[in-house]
Amino acid sequence: MMCESSPILAGLRKRIARLTVNGGFESRRADGWLASGHARFDAAIGGGLMIGRTHEFFAADALDATSAAAFAALIALRTPGKAPLIWLRTSDAGKRTGHIYAPGIAELGGDPDRLLLVETADPKMLLACANDAIRCAGSAAVIVESWGKFPLLDLTAGRRLTLGARNAGTTLLMLRLNAVPAPSVAETRWSVAAAASHALEANAPGAPAFDLELLRWRGGAAPARWRLDWNHDEKAFGPNADEAALSGPLLPLPAHRAMASHGAAAA
Amino acid sequence: MRIASVDAEAEAVGLRVGMPLADARAQIGALAVVPHDPVLDQDWLDRLAQGCARYSPLVALDAPDGLILDIAGAEHLYGGEADLVRDVEMRLARLGMTLRHALGPTADAARALARYQTRPAPDEAQAIRRLPVAALELESEATTALVRAGLKTIGDLASRPMANIAARFGADAAMALRRLLGDAPSPLDPRIALPPVVAERRFAEPLGSTAHATKVLAELVGEAMEELGERGKGGRHFRATFFRSDGLARSIAIETGHPSRDTGLAMRLFAERMDSLADPLDPGFGFDMIRLAVPRLEALGATQLKLEGGAVRAANEGAAMDELADRLTTRLGRGRVRRLRPADTHIPEQAQLELPAIDAPVPLPWQAPEPGEPPTRPFHLFDPPQPIEVIAEVPDGPPHHFRWRRATHAIRRYEGPERIAAEWWRRRDNGGLTRDYYRVEDAQGRRFWLFRHGLYDEKPDPRWYIHGVFA
Repeated sequence: MMCESSPILAGLRKRIARLTVNGGFESRRADGWLASGHARFDAAIGGGLMIGRTHEFFAADALDATSAAAFAALIALRTPGKAPLIWLRTSDAGKRTGHIYAPGIAELGGDPDRLLLVETADPKMLLACANDAIRCAGSAAVIVESWGKFPLLDLTAGRRLTLGARNAGTTLLMLRLNAVPAPSVAETRWSVAAAASHALEANAPGAPAFDLELLRWRGGAAPARWRLDWNHDEKAFGPNADEAALSGPLLPLPAHRAMASHGAAAA
Repeated sequence: MRIASVDAEAEAVGLRVGMPLADARAQIGALAVVPHDPVLDQDWLDRLAQGCARYSPLVALDAPDGLILDIAGAEHLYGGEADLVRDVEMRLARLGMTLRHALGPTADAARALARYQTRPAPDEAQAIRRLPVAALELESEATTALVRAGLKTIGDLASRPMANIAARFGADAAMALRRLLGDAPSPLDPRIALPPVVAERRFAEPLGSTAHATKVLAELVGEAMEELGERGKGGRHFRATFFRSDGLARSIAIETGHPSRDTGLAMRLFAERMDSLADPLDPGFGFDMIRLAVPRLEALGATQLKLEGGAVRAANEGAAMDELADRLTTRLGRGRVRRLRPADTHIPEQAQLELPAIDAPVPLPWQAPEPGEPPTRPFHLFDPPQPIEVIAEVPDGPPHHFRWRRATHAIRRYEGPERIAAEWWRRRDNGGLTRDYYRVEDAQGRRFWLFRHGLYDEKPDPRWYIHGVFA
């Protein structure tokens, strides 16, 4: 009996070996990163947001939706070239968080011509279209914007999206507005909030500033916090001007920053 | 053999239509004769009609030698009726055609005036009344009877009671008269442009299943693509019409963002479209004809395969992206997949156009950012702006606090106002309120774009709105 089963076992072992080398979910080498341009930030997360993976951006508060959206869009639009950024949202998103405003993107140094906006009637169609978009190679990134709980996006759906992204070499940026972070297959999970900008002359608001909290990172230690400014002349994120005097980019986590404030100011 | 048509020179020397050819040959020794070919004449008229589509989309054939154009609402494009006629005459003269034209209130009146008018008249109504009764184009006995009765012109006839005319000369005569006078409709049968590529299949036995119909459609698409390939064209718009045996028909159309000759792509889009139909394609008693039309073609050269194999198109990823846009457009609708383009206006909510991606809008340059300055336009824009409650200095001070969506924001930093006036030249009352925009930052570091709608000297109590959110 042993003689008969050993070739089967050997075959199975070979198959497992092949799976872990080529198609293994964890082991596949990344094709690159979406880098922020801030060297210390990128180094801390192993080079940037890994291409071919899913990254989740939660708005710390409903009012921080714009900051989360802008951060995801800027990190995708900073990549050189003309590769389109596919942005999927439901048709009520314009009323809720506002229409994506191209002159504003142009003033941030992004190229609005690269945007391909897709508007779906409901979250179900959003997920179906996201599955198509993610399987189409050649995009800078695919942003899927959702509001509130997204029960359709369970672990299976998330894994399907991630597999599609991995196979096509595209990057999925999930924009979860007014939602509570939950377990998922995302490579990184962020909480994004607006940060006070560096005041200009006459107390005018300065360059966009982001308060980022890394909630989860598959590759290493989490959580961590950064405060980044966007420099549209260099098309790169940089250290916050007000915090340049402080010791480093890593700040201690304040106790009040809980994820409980969701929906406090939601419409 | 008789003469069917003569030119001006032949007419001058006494040749007439209907004259036996032998007589004509006897009169004129060196006579150039061309055999009469009605089919060729018809073709030629058709081509003229096609050319006349430049003047109006409604061009009707008036065989064997006439064209009727409905120029209502189109004449001003040529600077008026007279100039339009001059343009037609000039173009036809270039083709060696002599033109006899008339303008009339109805198609029948214009036609009669062009063919039968002999005497000048002060106006159109008079001109029609002075036409001979032959203009009614009745049978020759009826015309003769009218003339014998002393009714020589349309005016004579029109002065009689219509019932008497109908009783004496037939209902046809009364109808023709009413049409000529504009009392009865004289519909035009315009020559509608046929789609350049059509493939169709008829079935003796109706097809009972949609799956079969789809298979036939794939064959038709293949045929159409072959024809497109021979012409060096690609289709942008495909329309499949399923004719049911009970007389109903259902059309399904797809569009592509770029000209295509790819049968697989077209069939994928058709499948996508059929899946997303609210009421699915119902064969009923079966389809007895399926027609595929390609109404919109664009030039598409042949692609060359690389010697070493591999990618057919250099921009293969671009092609995949185009196909994605086509597929999503087919599934969601034209307006749901969009690209952003700038519009030349300073009114913020009108400064961007969201155009269907399938129309492949031409990229235009966007306003470049000012180096070293923070952005002056928000990332998200509310359209329409949302009203807020603001505590601000009167009359034109910056806001201190504002309340939006049941939350109060204390303003720590602000810049403004940026004054944007209404586009008075677009408004009938030359009015519109001026907006004073402020970029503000609240205590939490969120940046908003607020404006006061109206100055205090424009309006007693101007309202405040939030128009956008900055990154």
